[in-house]
Amino acid sequence: MRTYHDLPGPDRSGLLEQITAQRRRVAERLAEVRQIVAVMSGKGGVGKSYVTAHLARALARSGRPTGVLDADLNGPTIPSLLGAPHTPIPKSRAIEPAVGSDGVKCISMAHLLDDGAPLVFRGPSADSFVWRGAMEAAALREFLADVAWGSLDVLLLDLPPGMQRYIELCDLLGEAPPVLTVTIPTPESRDAVRRSMRAAVDRGSQLRGIVENMVGPQFSGRAADELAQEFATHVLARIPWHPGPELWDKLATRIAQTRRPTAHAP
Amino acid sequence: MKFLCVECDQQMAFGERRLPGDGTLAATFKCPSCGRVVAMLTNPMETQLVSSLGVEIGGRTVPAQPFEMIETMMTAGPVWSHDAQERLTRVPNFVRGMVKKIYADYAKERGIAEITPAIMDTARAELGLEGM
Repeated sequence: MRTYHDLPGPDRSGLLEQITAQRRRVAERLAEVRQIVAVMSGKGGVGKSYVTAHLARALARSGRPTGVLDADLNGPTIPSLLGAPHTPIPKSRAIEPAVGSDGVKCISMAHLLDDGAPLVFRGPSADSFVWRGAMEAAALREFLADVAWGSLDVLLLDLPPGMQRYIELCDLLGEAPPVLTVTIPTPESRDAVRRSMRAAVDRGSQLRGIVENMVGPQFSGRAADELAQEFATHVLARIPWHPGPELWDKLATRIAQTRRPTAHAP
Repeated sequence: MKFLCVECDQQMAFGERRLPGDGTLAATFKCPSCGRVVAMLTNPMETQLVSSLGVEIGGRTVPAQPFEMIETMMTAGPVWSHDAQERLTRVPNFVRGMVKKIYADYAKERGIAEITPAIMDTARAELGLEGM
C-alpha cells in the first residue's frame, strides 16, 4: 500500500500550510513593532503585571509608543492597572486595542470576559485537560495576530507564572523573545525564578535584566543580586512598596538603553 | 491528511465537511476511479483539538476573521445553538461582535441558557433590531 508521500495529489486540508499561514499572519502584524519583551517570572504573586503596567506607562511618557499584551488569560489584570477598561473595537480586518493611561495600547482577556467570570471554552468538558492548553495558545496567537498594534517601539507581554505561555510565545514568534525577569527578594522566589531564567536561556532568549519588586523590611533575601550574578545580567531596578513615578521613568530609560531590535521575519 | 482507495490504489478526493452541531465533525472523500465514498467521523474531543489549532479539515474556504477562535469558542454567558451560530455568521463581520453581545445580554437578562434562531427572532422583535 502506498504511503502519504507516495501519493502525488495535493493534501486538500493542508493543515501544515494553515499553521504556516497563521505564523505568517503573526509576523506581518508585528512587522512594525520594534521590540517585543516578555515580562516573566517562575513565581506567582511577585508583581509582574504591576511592573509591566508601570514600565509601559513610563515608556509611553518618554515618547516611545508602547503596547501591552496581557498573556495571563486566566487572571488578567492589565486593563485596570493601565486604566483601559474599554472594550476593544472590532474593525474589518483587525481589532483596535484599548488605550489606557499615557496612551499605552493594550489587549486583555479582561476586555472580553464579564466581571468575575472565568475563562471558559466551549467544548467537551470531560476532556478539557486534552484541549484547553491548545485553546489558550490559539487565544494568544489571535491577540498577537489580530490586534491592530500599529507602529510600536515596545510591546510588553505580561506572562502568567510558569513556562507554558513563554514556550507558546517562542513558537508563535519563531524565535525566543528578550526577557525581563521580575522577582521579590526572598530565597523561595529566587529558586523559582532561577528555573524560568534557565529555561529562557536554554530557549535562546536574551536576558534584559532583573527587576526586584516589593523591596523593604517585609521580605529578606538578595534574590535579584544572586540571580544577576549567576546569569551575568543586571539588576535594572529595585522597587519599594510605594514607588514614585521617577523610579519607573529610570527603569524605562534603562530598558531603552539595553534594547536590541527584534526581527520578526515571516 | 490524504485518503487512499486501497482497492483502486487511487488518492481519494475531498467531498464535503459537515458540523452536525453535536460537537462532532464529518468529512467525506470519494475515489475518482470507483466512486466509493468514505466518511471520516471525529468525536467531540478530536473535533475540539482540530478547532483549537485554528485549522479546518478540507482546507479553508474563507480567510480567518479577527478573533475568530476567541469569539466562537469562548462561552461567556449563554450557549449558542448551531443554527443560531450559523445565522450569526451572516451578520457583517464588523458589527458581528456587537450584535452577538446584544443577543447575549438579552438572553442573560431573561435567564435564557441557549440562544436559538427563535430566541433571536423574539429579541429582534422586542428590541427593534431590524436586519440583525
